[in-house]
Amino acid sequence: MPDVLVLVDHDGERVHKSTYELLTVARRLGDPAAVVVGTPGTAARLREPLARHGATTVHAAESTEADEFLATPAVEALELAVREVSPAAVLVSATTDGNEVAGRLAARLDGGLLTDAVDVDSSGVATQVVFGGSYTVRAQVTHGLPVIALRPGSCEPEERPVEAGERELALPPVDRAASARITARRAALAGDRPELTEATVVVSGGRGVAGADGFKVVEQLADALGGAVGASRAAVDAGYYPHQYQVGQTGKSVSPQLYIALGISGAIQHLAGMQTSKTIVAVNKDPEAPILDVADYAVVGDLFAVAPRLIQEVAVRREAG
Amino acid sequence: MHIVVLVKQVPDTAAERTLSEADHTLDRETADLVLDEINERATEEALTLKEAVGAEVTVVSMGPGTAIDAIRKVLAMGADRGLHICDDRLHGADAVTTAKTLAAAVRRLEDVDLVLAGNTTTDGQAGAVPAMVADLLGLPQLTHARELTVDAGRVRAERETENGEATLDAPLPALVSVTEKINEPRYPSFKGIMAAKKKPVETVDLDDLFPGVDDTGFLATRTHVVDAVPRPARAAGIRITDDGSAGRQLVGYLIAQKLV
Repeated sequence: MPDVLVLVDHDGERVHKSTYELLTVARRLGDPAAVVVGTPGTAARLREPLARHGATTVHAAESTEADEFLATPAVEALELAVREVSPAAVLVSATTDGNEVAGRLAARLDGGLLTDAVDVDSSGVATQVVFGGSYTVRAQVTHGLPVIALRPGSCEPEERPVEAGERELALPPVDRAASARITARRAALAGDRPELTEATVVVSGGRGVAGADGFKVVEQLADALGGAVGASRAAVDAGYYPHQYQVGQTGKSVSPQLYIALGISGAIQHLAGMQTSKTIVAVNKDPEAPILDVADYAVVGDLFAVAPRLIQEVAVRREAG
Repeated sequence: MHIVVLVKQVPDTAAERTLSEADHTLDRETADLVLDEINERATEEALTLKEAVGAEVTVVSMGPGTAIDAIRKVLAMGADRGLHICDDRLHGADAVTTAKTLAAAVRRLEDVDLVLAGNTTTDGQAGAVPAMVADLLGLPQLTHARELTVDAGRVRAERETENGEATLDAPLPALVSVTEKINEPRYPSFKGIMAAKKKPVETVDLDDLFPGVDDTGFLATRTHVVDAVPRPARAAGIRITDDGSAGRQLVGYLIAQKLV
């Protein structure tokens, strides 16, 4: 079986769930081989959970400056690994960083790039959702190395313990004229809530939330359901909630099991980022709001009356159940 | 300073977008084409720099004949000249071909200090093309910037993504892609619109950009669409009007769906 390279998403200590999803998908195409890019010692820390999820090899691309430069070390590491093992494909998470790394690798190697994949089958055919979920496209790479970016949350990660061999990749020194250095970092303040694109429940607020204060009820409902908080572009533009939580065409695309839209009218740009959700619930005062027409369960009413009652009811059921 | 702005004409996101049944590429004939909103912000950033430190601004766009409208709009905003990459062989070009073509166009221009682009186009979500162009040109990528400072031969940007924020620093020349938060773009003035008609726009094709290159190799189809099907529109489901019991009814629904 050929190797399938998987770029590991991690924070230095912990492997992100999306990586386990990549390893699960990679197994359909060959032997999953994880590529860890980080400061010295990172691969050793991450090896056990990677092996538990089926990584037959862990390639360690480590250097003291690996986390100081944007994207370049990961691109270099993957390029080295590709030259070493001639993989059947390279898989990365379709995050902002992942998409950029995938694109740069494909550009360098003249490979075939498939982004925004939600599934990849054993013949390498990727399913993509394009134009904000209005089309399902199945595509495959016919020339060059397949480089596929898979959306986080696209599959259920499976454990498949194996013995993982370790190999070192010698990262060259970063070319400072061709790379952007990261001089400061401020992590997204997700708190205890799940990451927006990984969450099984997303509760989003729109213009109808009518202020930053109003978002408290959105957060409370998200917390009651163990979900993430999202926001429409109107709410973000109005300064009610930070940009990193924006769902839609120019924000993030989510497809959770349950999406609850509070006070969101449902502009086409918003629908583009959430209409692939399994179940959609919408609460809006305006009976003409387009979101009500795509919702599986639509409530015409005041979100400030409905959401607190819902939070209460969920708490009651939790205690009872 | 010489600043290049990469712009793209896209179908209006407020309208329905369709894929052609013949070859699964974007059906441009049925779409309302507009200058992608994010490109106006990239342009605004270039013009702000032009006003602050003095710069020549060249707008580059790859696209069919209609893309000239997008170029003229940027010229009307205040850019100095245009480069239109127009070649039927680029119809349906993938991201790699697009990036290679844009990189070749930038290489053709002289003494470029800064390449500016929007962080993502609304007709293709991945947002990887600016980083790919940077890689091919050997430039640092300062992508997804919501703030940009150019000073003493260096560029600094505040990058904002789902992972949080980061301050990036690199020497010029560099490539920067901007997010929709970076500025509010100006409207072209009447004077600007009139002046734009006289500004020079060079049109080039692949033979100009890649002289002597065998286009079967360059334009190799790297990816193939097996099929493309419109997703069925979501049908409206249950609809109730809140009479005070909506919270309770809703939780009943969620329980029945095993979502709570």
